[in-house]
Amino acid sequence: MDSILWFFRKLGFLLRREKFNSELEEEMAWHREQQERDLEADGVTPDAAQHAAKRQFGNETRLREQSREAVMFGAEGVVQDSRFALRQLRKNPGFAVTAVLMLTLGIAACLSLFAFVDAALIKPLPYRDPTRLADVAESVQVFPRSNLSWEDYRDWKKLQKVFTGFDVWTGAGLLLNTPSGVQPVMGARVSAGFFNTLGVKPILGRDFRSGEDTPEAPRTALITYATWQQRYAGRSDIVGQTATLDGTPVTIVGVLPRDFHFALRGRADYWMPIQELNGCEKRRSCHNLFGVARLKDGVTVATALANMKSIAAQLEKQYPASNRGQGAAVKPLSDQIVGDVRPIFLVLFCGAALLLLIACVNVSNLLLVRAENRRREMAVRGALGASRGRLVLQWVTESLVLVLAGSALGIVTAYGIMRLLMRLIPTDILDYLPYLQGLTFSPRVLGFAALVALLAIAIFSAAPALRLSSTDLRADLSEGGRSAAGTVWRRFGSNLVVVELAIAVVLLAGAGLITRSFYQLLHVSLGFAPDHLATLEVGAPESTYAKPEQQVQLSHRVISELAAIPGVESASITDRLPISGNGNTTWIRIQGHPWNGEHNEVNERPVSSGYFATLKARLITGRFFTESDDAKSLQVIIINQALAKKYFPGEDPIGKIIGSPSLDPKSLRQIVGVVDDIREGQLQEEIWPAVYTPFNQDADNYFDIVVRTSQAEQAVLPDLVSAVRKIDPNIGTRDPITMAQLINNSPAAYIQRSAAYLVGGFAALALLLGVVGLYGVIAYSVSRRTREIGVRMALGAQRSSVYQLILKEAGLLTIIGIVAGLACAVGAAAFMGKLLFGVRSWDIPTLVSVAVLLGFSALVASFIPARRAASVNPVEALRAE
Amino acid sequence: MAKKNDLLPGTLDLLILRTLARAPLHGYGIALSIKNLSEDVLTVEEGSLYPALQRLLLQGWVKAEWKMTETNRRARFYTLTAAGRKQLGHELSRFEQMIAAIGRVLQDA
Repeated sequence: MDSILWFFRKLGFLLRREKFNSELEEEMAWHREQQERDLEADGVTPDAAQHAAKRQFGNETRLREQSREAVMFGAEGVVQDSRFALRQLRKNPGFAVTAVLMLTLGIAACLSLFAFVDAALIKPLPYRDPTRLADVAESVQVFPRSNLSWEDYRDWKKLQKVFTGFDVWTGAGLLLNTPSGVQPVMGARVSAGFFNTLGVKPILGRDFRSGEDTPEAPRTALITYATWQQRYAGRSDIVGQTATLDGTPVTIVGVLPRDFHFALRGRADYWMPIQELNGCEKRRSCHNLFGVARLKDGVTVATALANMKSIAAQLEKQYPASNRGQGAAVKPLSDQIVGDVRPIFLVLFCGAALLLLIACVNVSNLLLVRAENRRREMAVRGALGASRGRLVLQWVTESLVLVLAGSALGIVTAYGIMRLLMRLIPTDILDYLPYLQGLTFSPRVLGFAALVALLAIAIFSAAPALRLSSTDLRADLSEGGRSAAGTVWRRFGSNLVVVELAIAVVLLAGAGLITRSFYQLLHVSLGFAPDHLATLEVGAPESTYAKPEQQVQLSHRVISELAAIPGVESASITDRLPISGNGNTTWIRIQGHPWNGEHNEVNERPVSSGYFATLKARLITGRFFTESDDAKSLQVIIINQALAKKYFPGEDPIGKIIGSPSLDPKSLRQIVGVVDDIREGQLQEEIWPAVYTPFNQDADNYFDIVVRTSQAEQAVLPDLVSAVRKIDPNIGTRDPITMAQLINNSPAAYIQRSAAYLVGGFAALALLLGVVGLYGVIAYSVSRRTREIGVRMALGAQRSSVYQLILKEAGLLTIIGIVAGLACAVGAAAFMGKLLFGVRSWDIPTLVSVAVLLGFSALVASFIPARRAASVNPVEALRAE
Repeated sequence: MAKKNDLLPGTLDLLILRTLARAPLHGYGIALSIKNLSEDVLTVEEGSLYPALQRLLLQGWVKAEWKMTETNRRARFYTLTAAGRKQLGHELSRFEQMIAAIGRVLQDA
């Protein structure tokens, strides 16, 4: 109640401001007159009376100001101050432009990276209550998270006590009939309750009903919003339409919400229930599914994991042949989805934050110098009656104007950067980061922008305000800027530049390490020659190419068509391209070696006879496959060196027999050769033992083509597609790409490269800002010391000793900055350890080159002012006073 | 720069309120009254009355109106409000507590 009355009284004062002022003045004037009259009545002369009255009354201007402040709203003063601040900044456009530019740069970098962090790590996943969802999988020694098998899933689901919903999904490559021919599309197969467990409701049509994931049920599919819009032009009667997938008509029963995504699968346009189990899926040892589950209330992930582990152990006893070593893995779903990208986004965000910090430090330094130069102005204003609070407020207002301008420009620039970065991310990478589609200025991002602005204002106003509070106005008034550089400035300003240089070192070292790591990654030994290779994914419809003989025949036709393309030296087939990742594994057992039921998990790749020659892989011993290794001849196998080392130490593997764990006679194959390790896994992954089988003996209707060309491999990519289509228009093809592109765009290389570019960019800017900051500090110091230098030279100092004087000052700051920076850099690098490949965080060459680079730049930056100092004309310098 | 006044902090408001409790007065009158009653011991920098008066007005402890003085000039007279009287009570008891406390310290020392 009181405060309301108070507010209205205050409002009253504000509305009658003119009256308030004139009345106050009248009242004060009357007071003095009265006093004078009384004094005169006491016999004092009029002159002396006037004087005495004034003295007794005090500083009238200041008292008026104080009275006004007592009743004024804060805002009123701010308006005045802002007008003044703008005038001040206009008077010194160089300062204003530099400061705003630096702020814009820092804020834009920081905001855009924060927007990425927000979209990826902060924004909740588009599911109901996403924190209660878990990723459920099996676990084996080589894969901490490995696929579930259908049979295991059925048992887990039956036995579990911790989930309210437990469903599975798996990816599916599908061939879609379109008016322009067959197109491969991405799909996924799920158990019927999948979307219910996630808590996702279709925006059109309906979800799968329970029981629709059985072979008897009619074929149904849900489509994504994007597919509905792009492929079906958003038509309203989409529900009930039929799509022909893999030659089978499927009814579209619903459309998924626009913001739905499932990053673990990447892109999937068509979602279908798991109805018909394929041959593999009928076996308990066929692992191709992942689970998603919703935890019961009060159940933690750890409890769920314990439950799944006990079930897995039970199944291990029950089915020792298939389930030996098959454990369980349960993780929060969000960890599984963004766990991999979290460190990279955080590192990049920290880089941007450091850049912003350096920009802020630079601007505060400029402000300090300005405060130093405006000491006299402040002193005069103080003497004229401005209270200390009012003077501090003036600084706050000036920083406010700077920060607001910087923030506004920064937000616009950040928007541009975000758009640009999104355009630069290739779509196939984006498929695995679908949450980035939601990259916007969310309220969180805007809130963050506000927070940054507030912090910046606080920092900027603190520096000069500190300066104000610690000095005596009278001293400033009399000295009036003629003194040597103020001690406060010397104390703070130079320390600030050390901070800047240290941050620059941290960013430079980070960029250096990531660049080196990227270089290492691109130079890992591949085991083949990646130049002049072109690749293409091929999918033949199962309806026409179901039998192995048909598939083998198709592969021969494809190879001969491809080999006939001008410029193609050799053509070959594999079921999975190198660099695409370890996986597609099999369990092996070596005849004649002791075996205790363990699962020897190795990569398995059926390849055509010309595959190794096309890749230019090196044969260690034995022979490669030939065309005569076919269905009629002895079953053969080639192993890689890693397998030879692991399973045949000190033994010649040639002629040995490898089979399935049961040594089923149909599975036995004779080793005919050992090939050098081809990097099947991603660049940063370890080399796994691998076996290669002849495609002729182990065919499939999905495979990849690899051709070696004599000229630019890029040019033959369209020819590959048309050659395959010529054989059968119903064959789908996808992703024509060269091996070089495949390596460059591989997720590991992509992440490292983007990180290297971004952190490198931040580091370059930090170097620039740091060096400019140092230049500013030294140049300012020289300008303040002109007189001192003049005196020294008049007293006989040599020019060289003046150089020394200045360079010593700069050198000391630089060395402290570099040393502090290197110490921080080692710590920071430990923080990015997860990102680095083949480089230690204390990589000496990187640290040394960073120190040299920064030291050299600092030397150049301080040489310019040193030269100016040395060329001071002592006569002029002294006379200027 | 000379100190504004040698009063204890917050005392000026108390003195003004106490003075006005006797009769409505203008600013100059308040200054004279404080000076005379304290037998010239408390001489405030007279101008500092005015910021203090604005604060009191804002708090609603005093109200102001323009009246004619005996010399036929317009002057602003300040009157204590009911809220001001209550406030005066508060301030007085606080002040007495403080004085008593100081007294105890001085006696002990």
